[in-house]
Amino acid sequence: MGERTRAYRVLVGSRLRSQLAYRRSFAMDLLGSGAIGLLEFAEVYVIFANIDVLGELDFAAAALLFALANIGFSLADTVIGHVDQLPTYLRQGTLDAFLLRPLPVLAQLVTSDVSLRRLGRTALAGAILVVSLLMNDIDWTAAHVALLVIAVLSGTAIFAALFVCAAAVQFWLVEGAEFANAFTYGGAYAAQYPASIFSVPMRVLFTFVVPSAFTAYLPVLVLLDLEGPAGLPQWLGWCTPLAAVGIWAVALGGWRAGLRHYTGAGS
Amino acid sequence: MGFRRWSTYRLAAAAGAFTNTVFGLIKASITMAAIGAAGGTLAGYHAASGATYAWMVQALVAPLNLFGWADLAERIRTGDVAVALARPVDPQFAYLAADLGRAAYSLIPRGAPPLLAGALVTGLALPLEPLPYMLGLLSVVVGVCVSFAGWWLVNLAAFWLLDLRGPRTLYMVACQVLSGLIIPVHWFPDWLGVLAAWSPFPSMLQAPVDVITARVEGLAALQTVGVQLAWLFGLLLSGRLLFRLGARRLVVQGG
Repeated sequence: MGERTRAYRVLVGSRLRSQLAYRRSFAMDLLGSGAIGLLEFAEVYVIFANIDVLGELDFAAAALLFALANIGFSLADTVIGHVDQLPTYLRQGTLDAFLLRPLPVLAQLVTSDVSLRRLGRTALAGAILVVSLLMNDIDWTAAHVALLVIAVLSGTAIFAALFVCAAAVQFWLVEGAEFANAFTYGGAYAAQYPASIFSVPMRVLFTFVVPSAFTAYLPVLVLLDLEGPAGLPQWLGWCTPLAAVGIWAVALGGWRAGLRHYTGAGS
Repeated sequence: MGFRRWSTYRLAAAAGAFTNTVFGLIKASITMAAIGAAGGTLAGYHAASGATYAWMVQALVAPLNLFGWADLAERIRTGDVAVALARPVDPQFAYLAADLGRAAYSLIPRGAPPLLAGALVTGLALPLEPLPYMLGLLSVVVGVCVSFAGWWLVNLAAFWLLDLRGPRTLYMVACQVLSGLIIPVHWFPDWLGVLAAWSPFPSMLQAPVDVITARVEGLAALQTVGVQLAWLFGLLLSGRLLFRLGARRLVVQGG
């Protein structure tokens, strides 16, 4: 096992060191990524400066929802977000080099970069999470603690899978990279708000097709013991890992099909 | 030239329009839910006008190019800007002309799909008389120019800084919040509203949207466009001065 992962560890290690080499640049990038998180939170803040309750959630609950969705998304973005650069690799023919090496292409692509600066947003979301956990009235049973951990891990896995799905589509679309953004970034945006405010078709879309509601909203329903809207019973909050497994199956299937479709850049 | 360059990539435009539409769908839902929770009206927005705001913003975000561009900064960094300095045309106006061409192309392909989706899904609350549209078109054009002039200034920072990512991110965050892109400026709590009023950002997006949807009418609409023009003038002028300062500092190696 150690022998098999060595190549990846070397790759990731080199990427990490290169990002930390220019400390002031890196600090700026971290701040910038935190600022983007702040920008997203500004929307929630301004909305709740005008109203008290949105989709059954008060400000504290909405902050918890926001924090969970953002931690999952930013972690996924850190680890795997660069796969949306795939069109560049396709056009430049860099991907062909990956195909020559005796390692899975997706694993190479994932470990070819890690964007540590995106942790700035994770840090901001983490801070909001801590405050919102204190502000909310949560019954801290062992099951709820476990659910919180599961939600963060599965949420990250779900967003990561969405990134892979989006990358897989690029094998066909190359120039249409933005199509996929609708589901990765759009999913992340939708995940920050209670699914109860969406119309039923949208709720179905963002729960069962693009499972972003699983990353934050459904676990929050369980944590705060709220009843879900029609079609989204509270117990679904416990199914977050299932949703992660499901979307990963789709992502890997799509990736494999895409790679088979790929015929090379002629380099 | 800008028009032809951007009209070449049709699939990219379709993809962009699709993403704008999906975001419009989410944004309209959030806006309408917030207005519903406020009891039907929120800072003068009804459910229909709130949804219209959300769709209109998504329709205009591509033409206005609020997310910015960095080719000038890149050319300053590499020294290619020397070519622009040697040309017998004014660099700022040349860039502005190309940007207007880009905006003119993206107006219909990027703007129509979100509005069409909006009309089908939530319905749009649009004025019936022609005047707001005529003034609105002018307001959009001025908005494109203000947005350009702002990013022009950010790009010029490359004369003094090697790494522009920090200032670019800061500007982008300020721009997205204060322009009314993520939420109407009229919903801001007082302190943020004051901050927005003293910045050029509402002139980029909130002003055109207000004019087209006839949230401001008659004299007030003219006044809105007047404020936009004032910002445009100020930003373009400071851009010219800063460019001249920077160009004097610039040392390009080699020949």
